[in-house]
Amino acid sequence: MTSFWALTRAQWFGFWRDKQNWFWLLAFPLMFLVLFGFLFRDAGASKSSLTQIGSVAIIDQLPAEAKAQFDNLFEVTKTDDAAAALEEVRKGDVDGAVEQKGNEVILHYSQADQVKAATVRGTLGAFVDGANVAMSGQPPTFTLKAEAAEDDSLKPIQFIAPGLLGWAVAMGATFNAAMPFVTWRTNKLLRRLRLAPMRTESLVSSRLLVSIAVAMIQMGVFLAVGVGLFDLKLTGSWWMAIPLLLCATIAFMAIGLIAGAISKTAEAASGIANVIILPMAFLSGSFIPLDQAPSWLQTIAKFLPLGQLNEGLLDSLVRGEGPGAALMPMVYLLGFAVVFGLIAARLFRWED
Amino acid sequence: MTNVIETRGLVKRYGDLTAVDHVDITVPQGTFFGLLGPNGAGKTTTLEMIEGIREPDEGDVRLFGEKVWPRNRAVLPRIGVQLQASAFFERLSVEEQLRCFADLYAVDHKQIDRMIEMVGLQEKRKTRTEDLSGGQKQRLSIACSLIHDPEVVFLDEPTAALDPQARRNLWDVLRAINDEGRTVVLTTHYMDEAEILCDQIAIIDRGQILTTDTPRNLITGLGSAYRILVSEGVLSDQEAAALPGVDSASLSDGTLAITTHTPSPVLAALAERDALQGLQVTGATLEDVFLTLTGREYRA
Ligand SMILES: Nc1ncnc2c1ncn2[C@@H]1O[C@H](COP(=O)(O)OP(=O)(O)OP(=O)(O)O)[C@@H](O)[C@H]1O
Ligand SMILES: [Mg+2]
Repeated sequence: MTSFWALTRAQWFGFWRDKQNWFWLLAFPLMFLVLFGFLFRDAGASKSSLTQIGSVAIIDQLPAEAKAQFDNLFEVTKTDDAAAALEEVRKGDVDGAVEQKGNEVILHYSQADQVKAATVRGTLGAFVDGANVAMSGQPPTFTLKAEAAEDDSLKPIQFIAPGLLGWAVAMGATFNAAMPFVTWRTNKLLRRLRLAPMRTESLVSSRLLVSIAVAMIQMGVFLAVGVGLFDLKLTGSWWMAIPLLLCATIAFMAIGLIAGAISKTAEAASGIANVIILPMAFLSGSFIPLDQAPSWLQTIAKFLPLGQLNEGLLDSLVRGEGPGAALMPMVYLLGFAVVFGLIAARLFRWED
Repeated sequence: MTNVIETRGLVKRYGDLTAVDHVDITVPQGTFFGLLGPNGAGKTTTLEMIEGIREPDEGDVRLFGEKVWPRNRAVLPRIGVQLQASAFFERLSVEEQLRCFADLYAVDHKQIDRMIEMVGLQEKRKTRTEDLSGGQKQRLSIACSLIHDPEVVFLDEPTAALDPQARRNLWDVLRAINDEGRTVVLTTHYMDEAEILCDQIAIIDRGQILTTDTPRNLITGLGSAYRILVSEGVLSDQEAAALPGVDSASLSDGTLAITTHTPSPVLAALAERDALQGLQVTGATLEDVFLTLTGREYRA
């Protein structure tokens, strides 16, 4: 056991003190998160923006239930400056401006964006009709309740963050396994360690512990930035991401060990790791969600470890699934780890 | 006395090259054993097969009577190895490096300070290994191999990069280790070092052991002449040549050089003539033995 901790300690310092590691495994994926986060900040928001000029009784006096529904559909800002409000509509900054003169509710909209205009007109019209019915004192015969199929929690950040986290962890675990073993083989440290009375397994398991620690840090930072900066909402059993990332780290470490074993130099190992991870990240929906992708691509993703990881992360982090949703991906990743781990063990060499 | 190292018919081939060619080495416990030979003679390959990190193509190695290949974890704590090329964990300080090795061998952390002091790296304790000089790295590598007080120590050219002070310090360290009854096996290209330190010397060339003996026997076995150098003017070269036991005498650069196989009567005669001022006697050295056995031409 002392050798296990000795090796863990040595490798942790070796990792920690190399700034490059932190750039590639943390700062670099975070840059993508921040970039995508800002790019898609407003996309997909289902609310229409509406400027209310002065008081509009029909809106202000909505009963509580209707008011809640209204707020789900409109993002209302209030102003008294009619001219400025109209100018905003003209420039497309808001979808519409509404004012009330006597019993007349006037909606100003821009024809530049027909779709938005129609949406605002239709929706607001429905509320006016509703108000008319309510005024008549008769209960409405028909009611229509409109709700978007996705609720607010499926804003882009909700699938950007898990996908990028999956990619970052996959990359971290793969490189963290591939690089040190090649370096240690070329600089002969492995031969020196072979002469120390430790078990070979301590060498691999200590590396695994370092990789797991890195994965946990990646998860912590990703979720903190997502929640803090971009309103990421964690749902259901999000903590299942922890065991899931653990299994993923083992699986990708096996890939990294193989990449390291078949490479003569650190550069070659890094190249091989990149060639594996980068296409896999695209095919697994780390950068672009697969919901709209052709079905063959979705099928491929199911067989890729990163595809499984991403699916599991989405389920647990943002889709509000229970703890069971992460189990299948975990089983798959562990199975993958066993198969590729055995291959890695066969390919392991102390020296070239 | 038990033999800690025994090899029989050890062979290692690299393609057409037979790097080690049927080597038999026997090292009794407590011996200071030197393996000498020109570059590429097969010293490192031989040592590595004995240490169990290189698989012999033929032959048998026994360390403490046990097999060493494949990796035998039972013998590893009992041996200390300094490889020809030093290798360390990246981005660790001298102290952290030694701490890691102390833990790998499960020895007390007190050993860390002892080792740092032993190889004189006190001032470099917090320095990363990447920032050490070549000789300092070499010293750290030796410290790492001695941290667990091994019964047998293998050192592959331990003094290659060391300055004269460090070299003599290391001699003291190795002598102390040997005095405790532990076995030391080293390779070196410094003949003076081998002559001073070793009890037993094996000379290897082209993968074959040419001879094994004590340094003294090797030198006397050479049967070569002594050279006595005297300042010019005390006596002429004819007078010198006429002295009892002198083989030849010649004058050059203001120095009279006398060769003899029996230095005692010649020295006595010179003393009578009061010619001992500035006198130098050089006998055959291990270097002569080495050159006689392995020849003078360059090796690949
Ligand atoms: N891995 C290898 N592949 C091919 N040839 C090798 C290998 N290792 C050593 N050799 C060859 O085997 C021979 C013996 O090498 P070895 O390292 O044992 O020499 P050495 O006596 O230690 O030399 P030196 O004094 O230079 O350290 C050399 O000719 C060398 O080129
Ligand atoms: Mg050598």
